[in-house]
Amino acid sequence: MTALLDWGWPLGVFTLEQLPFVRAYNNPTTSELIGAGAASLVVLGGLAVLVILTWFGWWRPLWRNWLTSTDHKRIGIMYIVLSLVMLSRGVIEGALMRTQQATGLNSGFLTPDHFSQLFSTHGTIMIFFVAMPFVAGLINYVMPLQIGARDMSFPVMNQISLGLTAVGAVLVMISLVLGQFSTGGWTAYPPYTGKVFSPGVGPDYWIWSVAIAGIGSTLTGINFAVTIYKERAPGMHLFRMPLFTWTALCAAILLIFALPPLTVSTLMLALDRYLGFHFFTNDLGGNLMNYANLFWLFGHPEVYLLVLPAFGVFSEVIATYSGKRLYGYASLVYATMAISVLSFTVWLHHFFTMGQGANVNIAFGIATMVIAIPTGVKVYDWMATMFRGRIRFSVPMVYATGFLILFVIGGLSGVILANPTIDYQVHNSVFLVAHFHNVLIPGVLYGMLAGYHYWFPKAFGFRLSEGWGYVTATLWIFGFAFTFFPLYVAGLLGMPRRSVSFSDPSFQPLMLIAVFGAVLIMGALAALVVQLFVSIRNRKVLAVPLGDPWNGRTLEWATSSPPPEYNFAIIPTVTSRDMFALDKARGTAFEASQNYKDIVLPKNTAIGMIVSIGGTGLGLALVWQIWWLALVCVTGMLIALIGDTFRKDVHRVIPAADVAREHKEWLKKIADAKPVNRLEEATPHNTGFAAQEDAQ
Amino acid sequence: MTDKCHPGINLGIRHGEAHQHAEKVMFGFWVFLMSDLVLFGVIFATYVTTVTPMGIAGGPGPADVFDLKSVFIQTMLLLTSSLTFGIATLMLRHEKGIRNIVLWLCVTLGLGLGFLTLELRDFATMFASGAVPSRSGFLSAFFALVPLHGLHVAAGAIWIVVMLAQVAIFGLIPMVKTRLLRLALFWHFLDVIWIAIFSIVYLGGLA
Amino acid sequence: MMGHDTELRRELRRYLIGFALALILTVVPFALVAWGALSFGTALSVIGISAILQGVVQLRFFLDIDLSTQKREDLHLILFTVLLLSIMAAGTIWIMASLANRMIA
Repeated sequence: MTALLDWGWPLGVFTLEQLPFVRAYNNPTTSELIGAGAASLVVLGGLAVLVILTWFGWWRPLWRNWLTSTDHKRIGIMYIVLSLVMLSRGVIEGALMRTQQATGLNSGFLTPDHFSQLFSTHGTIMIFFVAMPFVAGLINYVMPLQIGARDMSFPVMNQISLGLTAVGAVLVMISLVLGQFSTGGWTAYPPYTGKVFSPGVGPDYWIWSVAIAGIGSTLTGINFAVTIYKERAPGMHLFRMPLFTWTALCAAILLIFALPPLTVSTLMLALDRYLGFHFFTNDLGGNLMNYANLFWLFGHPEVYLLVLPAFGVFSEVIATYSGKRLYGYASLVYATMAISVLSFTVWLHHFFTMGQGANVNIAFGIATMVIAIPTGVKVYDWMATMFRGRIRFSVPMVYATGFLILFVIGGLSGVILANPTIDYQVHNSVFLVAHFHNVLIPGVLYGMLAGYHYWFPKAFGFRLSEGWGYVTATLWIFGFAFTFFPLYVAGLLGMPRRSVSFSDPSFQPLMLIAVFGAVLIMGALAALVVQLFVSIRNRKVLAVPLGDPWNGRTLEWATSSPPPEYNFAIIPTVTSRDMFALDKARGTAFEASQNYKDIVLPKNTAIGMIVSIGGTGLGLALVWQIWWLALVCVTGMLIALIGDTFRKDVHRVIPAADVAREHKEWLKKIADAKPVNRLEEATPHNTGFAAQEDAQ
Repeated sequence: MTDKCHPGINLGIRHGEAHQHAEKVMFGFWVFLMSDLVLFGVIFATYVTTVTPMGIAGGPGPADVFDLKSVFIQTMLLLTSSLTFGIATLMLRHEKGIRNIVLWLCVTLGLGLGFLTLELRDFATMFASGAVPSRSGFLSAFFALVPLHGLHVAAGAIWIVVMLAQVAIFGLIPMVKTRLLRLALFWHFLDVIWIAIFSIVYLGGLA
Repeated sequence: MMGHDTELRRELRRYLIGFALALILTVVPFALVAWGALSFGTALSVIGISAILQGVVQLRFFLDIDLSTQKREDLHLILFTVLLLSIMAAGTIWIMASLANRMIA
């Protein structure tokens, strides 16, 4: 409580010793030098961005076209950029941990404290700032196009959500330069993360980055759900929605209902740390076990909210590249819904060993196994979709194949872990690490990368280089296998997770194989960057401005690439599933309209940026206990948000004449274009106008 | 378009654009409230697990710190304020003029502030007797749950003030009408949460 | 405008009925606890039933949500939330109670 009243030093508890450079100067060990190196990378990277923006004069376009935009497509792209930046940090940290454990027989080059920070930031980043923004970005971009909407229901709130997510990511990045991050893992279990055992600022960084980003995610979920419920094009019943939109709806529901327990558990931890409450302390009636309970009430639905949209991507990808209608649409929808509800009934399997009675464990174990049933239904549906299709083995299909095989293995190891008696044996071993990477990498990451490759031409008007795409996908698949399959074995041999070093020499060969896999994954990351770079350089050759490079089946392909900011000149009328495929088969896909109308869109606004800057300030102020700054930020944000509600002039109009002109120009280009055969879709002949060979 | 386009009280067709626009914003606000409900629910569950000898940890228990009479008065104030906000909504729906709407909003605001005053007085009494949140797990949970509801009431009160300003500046334009409708929903929601608080925390603790 | 005013009066009456019912459902459990006449278990069930009833009364009379509207989204949303909330709350209490019992025993 005394800290609360300490207004003396204007920078709270911050001192120069909190800078990694000062620490490395005072104590130049490998660990500290790596820390200082990472901090310099953040500082230099930030400076480089500033220099580039100034040099090319990009500040104004960045502000006008991106940061203040309320367009769901631009917001979606910004989410994915954020996610890819954070992915590179997360992968490097993962590789560093693999290297440490490869050399970790009785030694290693990192201090235990540094290693703990690495696995804490790695997990936090990968879940909250890679997977979540990637999923949110992809849904943001694709879902309104798929349902034939002009934008999200609440475009300004969408911008604020992005701002809050960015705050969390920025706080995690700042923790590299100012102070240290938590050493308590991505789950931050107390009492270790309580004030008694972690008096530093680390857990506070974790708390505020996760809590602030979590509020953004809740708002995102509300926005997705309302958009899907209220903005669908006329005729698009729920059971005519593309499967990706279905998974987006279920993910939205999970966001809405699963995030509150996270908010509660993080804020309770904050109350413990800041105001001496006793929720999770060891003394005076605190109960640390309730933290595990609350955290996993969020944590388990969370993994499904990440993986369901990936399932959605694969459903689209497999149907498109097999040239067939999706097999078992209704069963896929029901399976998705079943998984969403069941995901709320299994959270206890994350802490089978905590000490509750066997009946409790069995109930949750059975519930966990039941989830395998709807998931299995999905796998069969995807395989049946490919059966007798005309499959093109494109890059997203490589990811899909890798996913089908590897994810089934990951899922089966999950069913093994769902048995409490087995879980007792392998709990907290690297077997578990292998299991969840085995579902998250082939499931979520491959899904997101497949979606990235699949929809990239829609967003930017040119394809990604196929050659580098195959290299990237292959490296991800083999990199994953080499890194994580050895961990299954090491886990069964008894190697505990999160250990900086080990003394059993039989683990070492396995760790050496794993570090080789980590090298491959680093290569995959590099190939991903090269692919983007090469594709941008060859964008003229790869251009597909007409909008339908893959002979797509759903509405997002029925508009130009990139789409106009209002998405569709005329809102499509839907009479069937796979509406665009039907329109193409009937020859009615590209027709001018008689009555174009004025289109009303929201004006740009800076409120998202204000909330983002205020939120970052607030987060830093809370971490470093700079109370005057916290007060300034909260008041500033409140005034800005309330003031924003007094804005009346929030819309702008695009005249019907402009809409008609743009639409007719696009139609004329299509009329002049030569349709491309499917086997030639990866060649420069592909301008985004697919030939209709056989309609199924 | 029907007279009822979203859950809860509707403005009705004769409000035209405002009624149409309400469909999506009201549904969105319902979804937000349901998310908020889960947030409260999880804290309730935590609270229930702390009303045990272990959670009370030798400190003051429910019977030592709760004042049933004060809670009853708070309950009456909040329940009445729900009714008065309902009347304000009816004035809006049936176009009974700005004056009537403002009048009933002010009555609601007064009742809400009365509730907050009594609640803060209770907290002050508890603090004075040493029942502070850092005393035990039970008191921690109490001071997370009940003041969170109080915070919601305070936010609702600020919102009423903002809406009074917007009614004064803009008049009853569609934007203001749908906001009043959402505020009404929020205020009723606060009362529903309070039912759970007085039943589980106060009555359950003193029974 | 006569039709208007009858409608207003009807709706006002609905609010007042709701208020009266809520009042009863509040006063009864408060009175029982104040007198302390009932055993703990009975008192708890009376409190619980009154609370649930009052929740329904407020939804029905103050928020105009019932079983007969054409649009059921509202009801589905509320029921789904209640389902998830019951899973979370009941699960939490079940787990924590099991842990507490085993620590004491």
